[in-house]
Amino acid sequence: MLFGPLLASTGAGAGGADAAGFASLLFVFLLSTFIGLGVVTRVSRLLHTPLMSLTNAISAIAVVASIVIAGQDHPPVITLLGAIALAASMTNIVSGFLITDRMLKMFKRPGEEKRP
Amino acid sequence: MTFWLIEGAYLVASALFVMSLYWMNDPKTARRGVGAGVVAMALAIVGTLFNPGIVNWGWIAGAVLLGFLLGVPLSWVPLTAVPQRTAVSHAFGGLAAGLVGTAKFYLWQGEPESFTAFRTFALVAEVILGFLTFTGSLMAAGKLQEVKWIPQRPVTYPFQNTVNIGLLGVAVACGLALVYRPVELAYLFPVIVVLALAFGILLIIPIGGADMPTVISLLNSYAGLSAVAMGFVLDNKLLVIAGALDGSSGLILSIIMCRAMNRSFTNVLFGAFGQVQPKAGAAETRTAKKETPEGAAQVLEMASQVVIVPGYGMAVAQAQQRVRELYDELTKRRIEVKFAIHPVAGRMPGHMNVLLAEADIPYDKLVEMDDINPEMAQTDVVLVIGANDVVNPAARHDKASPIFGMPIIDADKARMCLAIKRSMNPGFAGIENELYFADRTYMLFGDAKAVVGDLVKQLSGGSGL
Repeated sequence: MLFGPLLASTGAGAGGADAAGFASLLFVFLLSTFIGLGVVTRVSRLLHTPLMSLTNAISAIAVVASIVIAGQDHPPVITLLGAIALAASMTNIVSGFLITDRMLKMFKRPGEEKRP
Repeated sequence: MTFWLIEGAYLVASALFVMSLYWMNDPKTARRGVGAGVVAMALAIVGTLFNPGIVNWGWIAGAVLLGFLLGVPLSWVPLTAVPQRTAVSHAFGGLAAGLVGTAKFYLWQGEPESFTAFRTFALVAEVILGFLTFTGSLMAAGKLQEVKWIPQRPVTYPFQNTVNIGLLGVAVACGLALVYRPVELAYLFPVIVVLALAFGILLIIPIGGADMPTVISLLNSYAGLSAVAMGFVLDNKLLVIAGALDGSSGLILSIIMCRAMNRSFTNVLFGAFGQVQPKAGAAETRTAKKETPEGAAQVLEMASQVVIVPGYGMAVAQAQQRVRELYDELTKRRIEVKFAIHPVAGRMPGHMNVLLAEADIPYDKLVEMDDINPEMAQTDVVLVIGANDVVNPAARHDKASPIFGMPIIDADKARMCLAIKRSMNPGFAGIENELYFADRTYMLFGDAKAVVGDLVKQLSGGSGL
């Protein structure tokens, strides 16, 4: 049975706490996917390009994990991996938010001032 | 104390991320959404820095600085290059996920009790998704940027799908073996990484340029899912929430793109579009009617409602500013001008809207396909600029056409249609366009920028306004 170890650890014993933590994360995942679907279907079609660059920046939340790995006292190779991941995430955060704002500034209603 | 400081920051950040996407529902509030996103991200980062045990401040500062040095110039790219930039940032997202997974795997070798079955499973998923998104997105970016050594046309070979799925299958099998014996079988881990990297390349090679909007959206979804898997590995709810928001956004955009082209996911990923040879035959003997800029300008002047259908060809010719001038000339004469935007106009979801917004065209004039089509019969003149397949009536009735069933903008239903085109060569997908041979269609041959410029000149010079 391929998934044997996964299912076995739902039982009592050492795996119990882990399984409970995992299950609660599954609930979080499920609910936030539904929220995501609900919110994103309402996003104006005009703004789908900025939406994608904004979610790019948001999913660079991997920065949180990269900071911990790069920052803690680990062997240099691990620190290097963490630092590369941190630089990549930081690039996405900076460029994602900046370009989204740059694009959104361009959307004008009639009568609004032309940009200088 | 520290626990609640960090968790509190993460909690507020999660709420702000949701609000950030919520405010994108209207261009009026959208910039507030960016603000919310920035605050959320800052909270998450500062909260994380309070983690006990962080000592390598130099490494962190260096990496953050590098991120700024790369990120700021990446946000200055011209809007025509935004699809490539987006693909590159999906690649970075995938890379970060893959590297964090790799680091965790080798760290846990020293503390094998961390390898619970669930975590190992999530870690394998994170690494496979992360690395395949990395190479896949780089390939997509290369195709969009038209880098020389990356073929634009779909590359196919015998048993392609079998080989691809086989590779992925082997990677997944190795991953499941690791779930059983994470320490003894640790040598399988590099195999998984290499297979995932290879799979990402092979997945994108057979996909043609016309399908790039769907592929970018799909890779967006994968990047989000790899962040979710990372959240499962690290037991971090913020990662799961932000990743799920990104994943669901990518999913919705992919579905919209697929519907707009009347294709299914499997068809996009495994179908190698552009292979279908359009039937040669009757089309070649037909001739299209030509019109001069003078005549076209007169026709436009007489109209009371004009609809402009822009395609990516307009952006390639850098004609947006001229189009804006034409819009000004026509609205000055109290002619109602609207722009009909097909969902796949441009090279990523919503691309055409951004290109026109940059030229200062008010966004209430940018009308979606489904909203403009009922108005087409009352429209005096439709002006097609650099669009092709999205106005081809063959999609409605010609079952032999590769684009049959794709929703189109009904340019042929207007009282008159003017189409600007460089030559009679078929477009990107290599399909003959019936619209150009229709009774009410007149062609304006030439570069889009030059032709629209001529129209503007005629209108501004001749009318005595």
